[in-house]
Amino acid sequence: MSEPQTTTVEVNGFPCRVWTKGSGPKLGFLAGFGGLPRWVPFLDALAKSRTVIVPSLPGYPGGAQGHTALDSHLDWLLAVRQIVDKTGLAGADLVGASVGGSFAAEMAALFPGHVRKLALIAPFGLFDEAEPAADPWAQRKDNVPALMCADPKHWEALVAPPEGANSIEWPIEMTRAAEAAARAFWPLGNTKLEKRLPLIEAPTLVLWGEADRVLPPSYAKKFAAGIDGATRVQTIPNAGHLAYLDQPEAVAKAVLGHLG
Amino acid sequence: MKLMWFHLMPYTELPDDFNKKHPSVWVDIHSSLFDPRRAHHMYNDFMDELEYAAECGFDAICVNEHHSNGYGLMPSPNLIASSLARRTTDTALCVMGNSLALYNPPTRVAEEFAMIDCISGGRLIAGFPVGSPMDTCYAYGQNPSLLRERYYEAHDLVKRAWTEKDTFAFSGRFNQQRYVNIWPRPIQNDPHPPIWIPGGGSIETWRWCAEMDYVYCYLSYYGYKAGLTTMNGFWNEMAKLGKDRNPYRAGFLQFVGVAESRQQALDLYSEPAEYFYGRCLHVDARFALPPGYTTEATQRAGIEGMMTKAANLANPATKAALKATNMKDIVDGGYVIIGSPDEVIEQIRHVGTSLNVGHLMLLLQYGNMSKQTTQYNTRLFAEKVMPHVKDLFSDWEDKWWPKPMARGQRAAVPAFRPQTVAAE
Repeated sequence: MSEPQTTTVEVNGFPCRVWTKGSGPKLGFLAGFGGLPRWVPFLDALAKSRTVIVPSLPGYPGGAQGHTALDSHLDWLLAVRQIVDKTGLAGADLVGASVGGSFAAEMAALFPGHVRKLALIAPFGLFDEAEPAADPWAQRKDNVPALMCADPKHWEALVAPPEGANSIEWPIEMTRAAEAAARAFWPLGNTKLEKRLPLIEAPTLVLWGEADRVLPPSYAKKFAAGIDGATRVQTIPNAGHLAYLDQPEAVAKAVLGHLG
Repeated sequence: MKLMWFHLMPYTELPDDFNKKHPSVWVDIHSSLFDPRRAHHMYNDFMDELEYAAECGFDAICVNEHHSNGYGLMPSPNLIASSLARRTTDTALCVMGNSLALYNPPTRVAEEFAMIDCISGGRLIAGFPVGSPMDTCYAYGQNPSLLRERYYEAHDLVKRAWTEKDTFAFSGRFNQQRYVNIWPRPIQNDPHPPIWIPGGGSIETWRWCAEMDYVYCYLSYYGYKAGLTTMNGFWNEMAKLGKDRNPYRAGFLQFVGVAESRQQALDLYSEPAEYFYGRCLHVDARFALPPGYTTEATQRAGIEGMMTKAANLANPATKAALKATNMKDIVDGGYVIIGSPDEVIEQIRHVGTSLNVGHLMLLLQYGNMSKQTTQYNTRLFAEKVMPHVKDLFSDWEDKWWPKPMARGQRAAVPAFRPQTVAAE
C-alpha cells in the first residue's frame, strides 16, 4: 500500500498530524482508542473511492501534547471543530470510531452544517448502569489486546513499535493516547452525549463489532433511538471494539455503502 | 532526629484466604469483609495506640488518608487528628495528609487544617499528597490526566487562603470562588503551618519541594534499603539546586519491631508483618497505572533506567508484585527493622545517617498487631531506643516543625473521665 500524504495543522499551539490519501469526495476519519500510531488497511479500503482525511486528535499519536490544553468537554469539542475546519472537512462525510466516534457525533449534533453523512463505529459517550461499559483504564497490560479487538493480534500490530522507533518515546506515546482518551472520557466514558443526540440531523450509520468487550453492542440501539435523523444499525461479525482493525474490509464496505 | 509515630489503621481481620479469594485489598475490596462492630474496636484501639505514643514521648503522631482500602481505615484523617488534638498536649499532629485534588472546593482543606491547628494550639503539620492512583483515580473517580494540575492549583488556593489577609476571588482553571475567606485561620501564621509533601521518586516533586521549601517525605513500605536510591536521588537534586543537606528537609517511613531479643522480636512481629506484606499489599495490578498519573518526564526517567527502581518503588501496586511476604525476606530486605533495643538503635542510626533523614516516621503497629503488642513495641522503643538516637542531627535546625502556642497560653483540657457503667 502506498503512503498517505502527511501535513500538519495547529490547534491551541500544538501540531496535529493529518494523513490524506485517495481521490473522490472527502471523508474524514476520527480514530478510536489508542489513535493511529500507524496507517492501517481500513483507511486504504476507504481511499479506493474517497479522499480520506485522517487528522490526529490532541494527545493521540501525531497529536503531540495537545490534550494538556484541554480542561473541559467544551475545550475538546472546540479543538475538534477547529481540526475539522482546518483540514477542510467542514461539510464532508465524517466517520468516527470509539472515542473519535463520540466526537464525530458531537460535531454532527452541534454543527449540523459541518457533517453531510455520519458513520459511527462503537462510539463512546453513553453509559448504562444496568449494562456497564468495561473500564479501559483499569486493565492489566496483557488483557488490553483482547479487550480492544476480537483478535488480540490486531491491537498488538497497531501498537507494536515500528522498525527504528525510539524505544523510549514510543511507549510514552502509546500511554499518552490512553491518557488523552482518559482526559476526555474518564471515568465512565459518559459525556452525557444523549442530551445532544437529538440534534443530529445527518443520516447516520451506527456500526458495532458484535464481540465488542468495551462497549456492549446493545448501546447501538441507544444511539439509534437518540439520534433524530435517519439512522441504521449494523453489527459487524467477528469484530471487537475497534472493528475497523478486526474487519477492515467489512467495516469499509458498510461505511461506503452508507455514505453512497 | 525527630521520631514520629505513624498509624495506617489497617483492618486487622482480613481472612487467611484473603489473597486467594479476593483480587484486591484496595478499590473493590468486598464489603462483606468489613464488620462495623469489629471496626468500632479497631478504631478505638488505634486511637488508644496513637494517644499512648504521645504519652510515651514521640515527637509527633501521624495519620493519613486512604479510600476503599483494607489497610487504611482513614478516609478522613482529619477526624482522627481532631480527636487527638483534644487527647494529647504537646505532641505534633502530622496529617500526612489531605489529597488536595479530592476536595471540592479545596478550601475545605484550608478550613479543616486551620481547625485542627486552632484546637491543638498550633501543633499541626500539614501534609499534601497527590494521593495514590487507587485512592484518587479509582476510588474517587478523579481524572488521572488532570489530577496533578488540579493538585497544584488546589495547593495554590489553600496557601493563599491561609496567608492572604483580605477576602479574595480565585479564578483558576478548575476552581472558581468569588469569596475566599477562611474562618477559622491557623495559629501557625508565619507564614502558615509547615507543609510536608509525601511523594514517590519523581524529580519534579523534589524540585517543587526545594522551590517551595517544603519537607519531602518518601513513605515507602519497603524500608531503608530499597529507599536508598530514592533518597540519594533526592539529595543529589538538592545539591544541584544549591540547597543544603539539612536532614530535616526529608521524612522517611520505616517499620520497626523491638523486643528484648532478636528472637523475641521475630516471635512477636512475624505474624503482623506477614499479614501486612501478604494481605494488606495485595493490590490488583489493574489499579496501578491510570494513564496520565505518572508524568511523562517520570516515565521517561523510568524507561531510561536512571530511576527504574525508584519509579517502581514509588507505586504500591508495582511494589506489591515484587514484595517479599515471609518474615525472613521482609527482614533481610530491610522492610521491617527488628531486634533487641541495641540492635534497633544501631539500625535506626544507620537509617538516619545513610538516608540523611531527620524526620523518621515509624510504623510500630502494622498488619494485625494487637494493641497490647503495639503498646509494648511503642514503650520499648520510647524507653530503650529513642534516647540513643534523638541526638542525631542535633547540629541542624528543624525549620519545618510546628511552632505551637506557649504551653502556659494553651487551654487546659480536662482529663477524660468515662462514666462508670453500673454492673448488670
